[in-house]
Amino acid sequence: MSNQVFVITEHINGQFDDSSFEMLAMGREVASATGGELVAVLMGHNQKDLASQLGAADKVIYADHESLANFNPQAHAKAASAIVAANMPRVVLTAYSSQGMEMGPAISVSQNMPLLAYVSGISVSGGSLTVVSQLYGGKMNVESQTSAGHCVMSVLPGAASADAGRKDGAPAIDDFAVDLGGLTIKFKQLIEPDKSDVDITQQPILVSVGRGIQNSDNLPMVEELAAKLGGAVSCSRPIVDSKWMPKTRQVGKSGLKVKPKLYLALGISGAPEHIEGMKDAELIIAVNSDPKAPIFDFAHYGVEGDLFDIIPALTGKL
Amino acid sequence: MNIIVPIKQVPDLVEGLEIDDSGKDLNREWMKFKLNEFDDHALEEALILKEETGATVTAIALDSDDVDKALFTAAAKGADTIIKVTGVSGTGLSSHEAAKALANVIGGMSYDLVMTGVQAIDDRDGQLAVLLAHYLDKPHVSVVTSVTVAGDQAVISKEYGGGLVAEFEGTFPMVLGIQAARQSPRYVPVAKVRQIMRSASIEEVAAGDVGVSSGSDITKYFTPVSGGGAEMIGGSAEDQAAKIVELLKSKGIK
Ligand SMILES: Cc1cc2nc3c(=O)[nH]c(=O)nc-3n(C[C@H](O)[C@H](O)[C@H](O)COP(=O)(O)OP(=O)(O)OC[C@H]3O[C@@H](n4cnc5c(N)ncnc54)[C@H](O)[C@@H]3O)c2cc1C
Ligand SMILES: Nc1ncnc2c1ncn2[C@@H]1O[C@H](COP(=O)(O)O)[C@@H](O)[C@H]1O
Repeated sequence: MSNQVFVITEHINGQFDDSSFEMLAMGREVASATGGELVAVLMGHNQKDLASQLGAADKVIYADHESLANFNPQAHAKAASAIVAANMPRVVLTAYSSQGMEMGPAISVSQNMPLLAYVSGISVSGGSLTVVSQLYGGKMNVESQTSAGHCVMSVLPGAASADAGRKDGAPAIDDFAVDLGGLTIKFKQLIEPDKSDVDITQQPILVSVGRGIQNSDNLPMVEELAAKLGGAVSCSRPIVDSKWMPKTRQVGKSGLKVKPKLYLALGISGAPEHIEGMKDAELIIAVNSDPKAPIFDFAHYGVEGDLFDIIPALTGKL
Repeated sequence: MNIIVPIKQVPDLVEGLEIDDSGKDLNREWMKFKLNEFDDHALEEALILKEETGATVTAIALDSDDVDKALFTAAAKGADTIIKVTGVSGTGLSSHEAAKALANVIGGMSYDLVMTGVQAIDDRDGQLAVLLAHYLDKPHVSVVTSVTVAGDQAVISKEYGGGLVAEFEGTFPMVLGIQAARQSPRYVPVAKVRQIMRSASIEEVAAGDVGVSSGSDITKYFTPVSGGGAEMIGGSAEDQAAKIVELLKSKGIK
C-alpha cells in the first residue's frame, strides 16, 4: 500500500467537470497531511493532452483505450479499479456525480476498500481518516472514522474550491495499459439538452418552486409572481419528474447551474443536489414552512411560512 | 423477462430527525418511514416494462421496520412476487451489508434486470445499485431515466448535469440505478393494499452469510446549523411580504 492520494477525474466533450478540480484541491490538503503524492487519474482515448490542465497534481496516470473515448460505466469502473489495484493508494477521491457514482463502489468492492459517500470534509490524524458525510437531504451530518489504512470517498460538489485545484502545466504522465475485453455495455450517443425554452441561466430573476407547491394546479400563482417580478419560473427536480415543468427549468446537479441576481426559493428543502445549482446566486430568499429546512443555511434571507400565504401577499404588493 | 426491484424504507424527513443518547445514531423509536422515492421510480419503470413486454416483476426488501407495508404496496401496484430477506436487520444497516445480503439471494434467482433507486438519503457508505452489481459480478448503469427493451438487450438513458443524456446499449443481465421513471410513480389506494394483504403473501428467504462491513465506524451525528446563513424575516405573511418588497427595492431589484 502507498501513501498516495488518487483523484479520479472526469470529463465530457473534452471538458473537465469542476468537481475534478475541487477534488484536486481537497486531495492536495490530504496529501500534505499524509506526506503522500497527489495523483490524477485520467481515462480517455487520444485525450492525453487533457493532462496539461491537471497541473495541481504531482503526477498523472493516463489510461487510453477506445472504450474509454466516452464515459462507459462498465469500462471506466474496470479501468479505475485496475489503476487503483496496481498502486493501492491511501485515499481515492471520486466525485458524487453521474460518472463518479459508477466508479467509487466498483473500486470499493473490487479492492475491498471502505467507501464513504456524500463527503464534505476529510481530516487525517495518525493512522486514521475522519470523514464528514452529508446525509438525509442535507439535514444531518455524520462523522465516520476508518483505520482501514485506505479508503474510497465520493466527494460532494462544492466541498472545496475548484479554482484552488485548477492549475495548468503538464505534470509527469505515466501511461497505464488496460485490458477491456468482453464489455457488454456499449456507449451509443450523447443527446444534447433542448435549447428551445427560456434559458434560465441567463435570467436575472428566478422564482423557483419545489415540492411544497403540492400540485400543478398551483403553478399559475407562481407564474403570476414571476411575471410581476419580471423573472422566469424555475424549479427543483421532483417538479420535473412529475412532468409539471420541462427539464429546461430544473436547477441543480442534473439540471442547470444558475447565478441570478435574485433566486426566490419557494417550498424547496435545499437538498445538496439542489444547492449545487444555485448556491452562487447573488441574493437568495427562501420561503419554507420547516424552520429546519437546509435551504435556510444557504439563503441570505429566510421566511418561515406557508407559501400559499406568502405568494399572494407578495404578488399583491408588487 | 424477469425484473427484480430491491426496495427499502427510509426515514420520512417531514418528521424531524433526532439524534439518540449515544450521539452515534438516530433515535429510531418514533421514526416514521416511507419508501425511498427513487425505489418508487425503479418500481414504476419496472411496471411500465411489464406492461410493454410481459416481464415478471419481483420486489425484494431486507427485513426492517414497516417493510411489509412497502412490499404489499408493490404487489398492489402490480409486482408479481414479493420477497423479504430475513436474518439481517435492514434499518441502520450499512450499504455494503445490504448489498451483499441482497446479492446472496438475487444471485440464486433467474433475472435479466435488477432495477433499484439511484440512491437513498441514508447511504453513508455508498449507493446500493453499483455495490450490488459488483457483489453480483454484473455490469451496471446508474442515474438512469429510461429503459427500452429489445430482445436480450436494452437501450438505457443515463443523465449527466445540465440536461445532457448519454445512451447505452447493454446485454442482459445488468443492474440499473434508477433516477426517474418515464412517468410519475403510480398511486395505489389503501383499500387495494388491504385487499392484496389478504390474497398475496410475502416469501421469506434467509440472507445467508453476509461477511462484509462498511469498513468504517460512525463517531458522531450532528445537525448542520439551520438558519446559520439566513437572516430570518418574521411577522405575519403580509409583514413578511412587505419586508421582501422593501429588501428588493433596497437592492435595486424592484
Ligand atoms: C443524482 C441526483 C441528481 C439530482 N439532481 C437534482 C437537481 O438537479 N435538482 C434538484 O432540485 N434536485 C435534484 N435531485 C433530487 C434531490 O435529492 C431532492 O430530492 C430534491 O431537490 C428535493 O426537491 P424539493 O426541495 O422540491 O422537495 P422536498 O425535499 O420534498 O422539499 C419540499 C419543501 O417544501 C416545504 N413545504 C411544504 N409545504 C410548504 C408550504 N405550504 N409552504 C412552504 N414550504 C412548504 C417543506 O418544508 C420542504 O422543505 C437529485 C437527486 C439525485 C440522486
Ligand atoms: N465492506 C467493505 N468494504 C471495504 N473494505 C472492507 C469492507 N469490509 C471490510 N473491509 C476491509 O477489511 C478490513 C477488516 O474489516 P472487518 O471485516 O470489518 O473486520 C477493514 O479494515 C477493511 O479494510
